[in-house]
Amino acid sequence: MNAPTAAPHATRPAGNEDMASTVRAFEAYGDGDWDDIAREAIGEERIVVNMGPQHPSTHGVLRLMLEIDGETVTEARAGIGYLHTGIEKNMEFRTWTQGTTFCTRMDYVAPLFQEAAYCLAVEKLLGITDDVPARASVIRVLMMELNRIASHLVCLGTGGNEMGATTVMTVGFTAREEILRLFEAVTGLRMNHAYIRPGGVAVDTPEGFTTQARAALKNVRHYLKQLSDLMLANPIFKARLTDVGVLNLSGCMALAITGPVLRSTGLPYDVRKDNPYCGYETYDFDVPTSKGADCYDRAVLRIEECYQSLRIVEQAMERLDLTEGEPVMVADKKIAWPAQLAVGGDGQGNSLEHIKKIMGTSMEALIHHFKLVTEGFRVPVGQAWQTVEHPRGELGVHVVSDGGTRPYRAHFRDPSFNNLQGVSVMCEGGQVADVVVAVASLDPVLGGVDR
Amino acid sequence: MSDVTPGGDQKVVADAVQPPEGAATLEIVEVKRGMFGATGSGDTSGYGGLVTPIAMPAASPRPYGSWFDQVVDVLSEVLGEAGVSPEQAIEKVVVDLHGAQSADAQQAELTINVAREHLVAVCQALRDDQDLRFELSLGVSGVHYPHDGGRELHAVYHLASITHSRRLRLEVAAPDEDPHIPSTTSVYPSNDWHERETYDFFGIVFDGHPALTRIEMPDDWVGHPQRKDYPLGGIPVEYKGATVPPPDTRRSYS
Repeated sequence: MNAPTAAPHATRPAGNEDMASTVRAFEAYGDGDWDDIAREAIGEERIVVNMGPQHPSTHGVLRLMLEIDGETVTEARAGIGYLHTGIEKNMEFRTWTQGTTFCTRMDYVAPLFQEAAYCLAVEKLLGITDDVPARASVIRVLMMELNRIASHLVCLGTGGNEMGATTVMTVGFTAREEILRLFEAVTGLRMNHAYIRPGGVAVDTPEGFTTQARAALKNVRHYLKQLSDLMLANPIFKARLTDVGVLNLSGCMALAITGPVLRSTGLPYDVRKDNPYCGYETYDFDVPTSKGADCYDRAVLRIEECYQSLRIVEQAMERLDLTEGEPVMVADKKIAWPAQLAVGGDGQGNSLEHIKKIMGTSMEALIHHFKLVTEGFRVPVGQAWQTVEHPRGELGVHVVSDGGTRPYRAHFRDPSFNNLQGVSVMCEGGQVADVVVAVASLDPVLGGVDR
Repeated sequence: MSDVTPGGDQKVVADAVQPPEGAATLEIVEVKRGMFGATGSGDTSGYGGLVTPIAMPAASPRPYGSWFDQVVDVLSEVLGEAGVSPEQAIEKVVVDLHGAQSADAQQAELTINVAREHLVAVCQALRDDQDLRFELSLGVSGVHYPHDGGRELHAVYHLASITHSRRLRLEVAAPDEDPHIPSTTSVYPSNDWHERETYDFFGIVFDGHPALTRIEMPDDWVGHPQRKDYPLGGIPVEYKGATVPPPDTRRSYS
């Protein structure tokens, strides 16, 4: 056995010296320029760099195929599908109510929006849009706006982290934690809630929720102030983001890019104003816009939208206090979940009163419970389309029913999926480092993109 | 009747629900049998012989209500000017009220079924005319109706007008044997990925698309997973001594 003449190499088996001699090596010296070295190494060949699907700056498993010339990106393509889990197909094999459990897992950073859009679409098909109790709509609005803040905080935090600003990330996630605690108090979970159900919401807010929420939101406001102080006037932050990833109004319209990216071009398009749902027309809030159409403006807009969401949340909490004790689910017992769930002494959500009734006193109630929970309710034949304003743009849901207890087809138009089409336009001609910034300003969540 | 395969006697069913003279024809997309999803066991309830034709909402009569009439009229006019016969291009117009009293309600929806050869002309008219201005395309979704003879594959386009705050839906059908629909990317570039997705999941070929490749499934995948004849898959799972069957083999109550 020959003694190892060279240290084992990570990519080359030790002792195989023939191979080492055939591999061309290039050494970079301090007095050379990378352009010269690259030219010597590859001549006129193109360099195609695969960024992802495991790259930390791609927010999950986005694969970016970049053709680069030195530091300049000459062509950028996005490859997706690495997180496709067939949620839409799976929903066709579950009841209409179970569908919320599935669609909440699509865009896991903003789960309540999928639930809300899906339930609104199912309610359209059922023809009960006007029968959903006011308190249920208020809770939906409240939860969606809290979720919008949480989602924007993740966007700003991870976006800052990708540029090396760890403090931005820690502040963003600390603030998000406050909101996740509120979610946990209401739904029992920090994500994957399945809280909004066709006809209303699963359970009323717990006692003392608005007091807890007001205290938490005071902290959120404080952290938001910290974030804007850290970011918006910071010269490095401005230098990295200003005039980067520009996409103008006609580009956005051609690629159907909505949300903060569209509003950063000056068009105040917001589904909450344009085609209101859940009673958004009765809330007082503004749609912030700007003119720069670049990454910096999108960051400013997201912070501004957080403040607007706080405005809506405060109005919603006032309404919650006024509607204390009102129903949160449609009165129709053929649709409403029979149990009135509450968190018991063991910390589990359960309904002991209801169990006592169906097991002890009413055979009919037991049959009804069993039928509704295992079989589900029937939804009239037809199709419906519902869009909501998701933190990343317009989220659309297309549901088709064949009159059965399961969706015949449920399709989600995820805003991240659509918006990723803009990566090429935003990155080509820019620097490689700007790709990270541009993708962060689109804020894609791959769970929603791939579904 | 008990040994007939599903969809096998569609004609019989279609004859059974023959609409009265002058009424709109129903589009039967599915025929269901039984009630509880149980087959092979002795049927003592009589529900096993139940045959239910599933028909999508029929064409709506005029007036449609709200802005729907105006949009359909303007679209017909613009199509006529472009040399396309509106009667051939617009197959039917459906208004879904979704429980509302009138079409003015927020939840009312307009669907225009378009003949596939005129789809691009319709999209062009809807986008460009100043009274229509559906400038935002919110994507394409596919639906597979295996029992809708000769029109098995449907592509559904969701359009929005920011100018007029309106939304409408275009529906285009293609048979399984000839799954071709013209691509709308020349009018709505944003439909690029959405058409790739619909091709990937349903096998609808969008003619004229710049790069119609799979987008979610691996490039070498066989089959189109969202079609109704494509199985969900899954394995039985053991839980506390009992075996839970995969979801597609569990009892369905439809």
